Amino acid sequence: MITPSKAPLIQLRGVHKYYGDYHALRGIDLEIRQGEFFSLLGPSGCGKTTLLRTIAGFEGLSSGILAIDGRDMAAVPANHRPTNMVFQSYAIFPHLSVAQNVGFGLRRESMSRDQKARAVAEALEMVGLGGYGGRAAHALSGGQRQRVALARALILKPKVLLLDEPLSALDKKMRETMQVELIKLQRNVGITFILVTHDQEEALIMSDRIAVMFEGDIEQMADPETLYRRPTSRRVAEFIGKMNLLPGQVAMEGNRIIVDVAGLGRGAVEAEQAPGGVVPGATTVGVRPETLGLLFPGETTSRRLADGVVDEVVYYGDMTYYDVRVPGIERPLTISMKNLIGQPVLDVGTPTQVVWDERSLVVLSR
Amino acid sequence: MGLLDSSPGARAAALVAPPLIYALLLLAFPLVAIVVISFWTQSGLTLERTFTLANYREIFTGPIYIWGNANRWGVLPLSLFVSATVTLITVALAYPIAYFVSFVAAPERKSLWLFLITIPFWTSYLIRVFLWKVILGFNGVVNTGLQSLGIIQEPLEVLLYNLSSVIVTLSHAYAVFAILPIYVALEKIDRSLLEASQDLGENRLTTFLRVTLPLSVPGIVGAVLIVFIPTIGDYVTPELMLGSGGRLMSNIIQTQFLQLNNWPLGAALSIITMLAVGIVSLVFILLNRRWLRGRA
Amino acid sequence: MRKHWGLRAYAVIYLAFLYAPILLLPLFAFNDAAIIAFPLSGFSTRWFEQLWTTQALHDALRNSLVIATVTALLATTLGVCAARAGTLPNFPGKRGALGFVMLPLVLPEIVIAVALLIVVRQVLDLNLSNWTVIAAHTVICIPFSIAILNGAFQNLDPSFEEAAMDLGETRWGAFRLVILPLVLPGIVSSLLICFIISLDDFVIAQFLTGANPTMPVYIYGLTRFVDALPLIMALGTILVTISVLLLVIAEYFRRRGVARAGLKDSGGFL
Repeated sequence: MITPSKAPLIQLRGVHKYYGDYHALRGIDLEIRQGEFFSLLGPSGCGKTTLLRTIAGFEGLSSGILAIDGRDMAAVPANHRPTNMVFQSYAIFPHLSVAQNVGFGLRRESMSRDQKARAVAEALEMVGLGGYGGRAAHALSGGQRQRVALARALILKPKVLLLDEPLSALDKKMRETMQVELIKLQRNVGITFILVTHDQEEALIMSDRIAVMFEGDIEQMADPETLYRRPTSRRVAEFIGKMNLLPGQVAMEGNRIIVDVAGLGRGAVEAEQAPGGVVPGATTVGVRPETLGLLFPGETTSRRLADGVVDEVVYYGDMTYYDVRVPGIERPLTISMKNLIGQPVLDVGTPTQVVWDERSLVVLSR
Repeated sequence: MGLLDSSPGARAAALVAPPLIYALLLLAFPLVAIVVISFWTQSGLTLERTFTLANYREIFTGPIYIWGNANRWGVLPLSLFVSATVTLITVALAYPIAYFVSFVAAPERKSLWLFLITIPFWTSYLIRVFLWKVILGFNGVVNTGLQSLGIIQEPLEVLLYNLSSVIVTLSHAYAVFAILPIYVALEKIDRSLLEASQDLGENRLTTFLRVTLPLSVPGIVGAVLIVFIPTIGDYVTPELMLGSGGRLMSNIIQTQFLQLNNWPLGAALSIITMLAVGIVSLVFILLNRRWLRGRA
Repeated sequence: MRKHWGLRAYAVIYLAFLYAPILLLPLFAFNDAAIIAFPLSGFSTRWFEQLWTTQALHDALRNSLVIATVTALLATTLGVCAARAGTLPNFPGKRGALGFVMLPLVLPEIVIAVALLIVVRQVLDLNLSNWTVIAAHTVICIPFSIAILNGAFQNLDPSFEEAAMDLGETRWGAFRLVILPLVLPGIVSSLLICFIISLDDFVIAQFLTGANPTMPVYIYGLTRFVDALPLIMALGTILVTISVLLLVIAEYFRRRGVARAGLKDSGGFL
């Protein structure tokens, strides 16, 4: 395994992109390190694909600087950049065989025919398609197409592999398999991967770091755990995982940050629980469903409690999601509980108590 | 690489340019020329290049082209009538075929059916028209065939030299033009809509009337226009089928240009014909829109 | 399969109506009689032999072949430009420009013929020649070429070109190695269809042909002579055979293109 080194492989400074009047990228600053698995995450239309295509060289910059490996890319066309791409549609050339597809980029390399054949065989082996070289491209399944696309890009040993929603065309099972395989592959080859996705779970599972984009700008950039536990804004909090958003008041008392959360109560939080900064006054407080709990009959707790009534129950097998109505909050709180041995599933209308903890609150800016 | 590396929009423009310039030079410019010359006059062998409405005056006030007389229609209304009849018959005959290929024929046979239907269309048009003359003629295949079988004694004269023979021939010639647009429209219909209709209690006939037919209207409109417009310009069929007697607009235009050498009048007649076709087509499209909106 | 027997029967009758005139052609072309009528009077190849020795016919044929070949090449080249442009992002006026190029599809042919005649003789004061026919045939063939090629180009994944360039090819390399092989079947069928349209056209040729008539113009001249009828039948038989052969080839290439692109066959040229 190759550990990510600190040297930035890709640098973007103040990158803007306009399509006529449409402002697709609004001042992107970004550094991606050698060997990193980096994801661009966001809803459709947020500019993540545009950003990827800018790096690949399919779109020019309206302003700003893009450098790869210390070299300014402004004058370098797509076919001369040290990047290769796995397209959303895979773009497997239908008139060529699997081997011809994988060897497509070798045409301009000065290698003997044997060397090329060997390189193709190795690349196919690497993606688990050994012996498939002779197949017709249009006879492949979705997962096989994706492997061919990977082999075709990786055979050129790019500095950066760009993946444009590579798993969106696959069914759920296949997607999960390929997620794991992609992670392993990236560790083996040590190439920097940049993944574009709208699937937050996929980004969390696969990435070393994630940039969450909205409306042409990066809203937050962090490792998966920080992004999940300490989102800086409402938008990020809502986009990644489930989050209860509660109205509240925040105030400074000396060095302490005090929040008063509607329905739950007052509590002190650490500075890192307000990653977007503290602006005294009305605010939104986020709390994840799994950090809340229900106090079942006969249990006791030293944690904080709030009274409520079960409003809705959704049973998932391993988990049960409760919507609990708590006085003082308009929308019911969503709480997820592991279905442990001996623990009942409560009925709708049951009075209950919500268990909460100051340490799981996040003060959200904006 | 210059243009090849510039923006996609610029590349598209560079690619559109050659066909567009060609069409401007050989289509737009000639169409302008035809308008200009229609306001000139021919006196003997010389072309009088002063602006005049004389040609249009002759067309609109003379007895031949528009008004006709007690015994015969004007040429333009007659031509429009023939084209409209041909269109109606062709499209009515074509619809079931398009429906058959789209809905009834086995999916793997569809392209074979389309191929079979298109073949006659690509075989020499002139020879096909001529063959109908041979089939329907006084001593033609139908008459001699029926005579030799003893079904008739004298040749049936009704077969040739009247408008019905023109209509038969044109319906044959433009069959494919009518079938293909309807077929395309029918193919686009989501098959689950038909199941939904039956699920909601309609039978096959009412499903057709309430779902399939309305959804195929765009195809029918396309078929009507693509048959109606060129049939007006067809002068081979009337020439061969009607002999020297009855003449349609296109024959008169052809005669003005190739025999009487009165190009300005011919140009004016062409423009009037185009305008008439354009107006009829537009009215048809507008009526259709209104009808469709009325139902929505 | 017992369902829809009415429609099936209708389809068969309709096909009979479509094919009836063509099927009569060989019947009378090989008939040993100068008049076209029943009953038939015996097998003969003399009409074909007569065709073989008619010099004027051979000249007309050569003319038509030259015109059709040049027209097919010209119209398909321009058609490729337009169809490729159709797959690229829009620029202001692109739809209008492409729509205008398609206009001949809804213009009566006689209007195009007349308009060009005026330009050639009155405006430019040129003599009519094979080139005037070629120019006009190209105008009416371009829409058909575009219609066929649109199918071929729109089946292309827009990422193909980018993928090839991403793998190190230039734009020209991407076109040559990826786009061209994939649209080649469409180009071949466009060439063949334009060839047939030009070979078959009479109206434009009659207006714009120079001193040497094309094949349909020559045939039209023959229709005035009653004793030439069997000759027309024989000639028609040959032309129909050639047309059908070319069509089968065109269809073969179209299907191969569809199969190459790994698509389902949705049928038809248009």
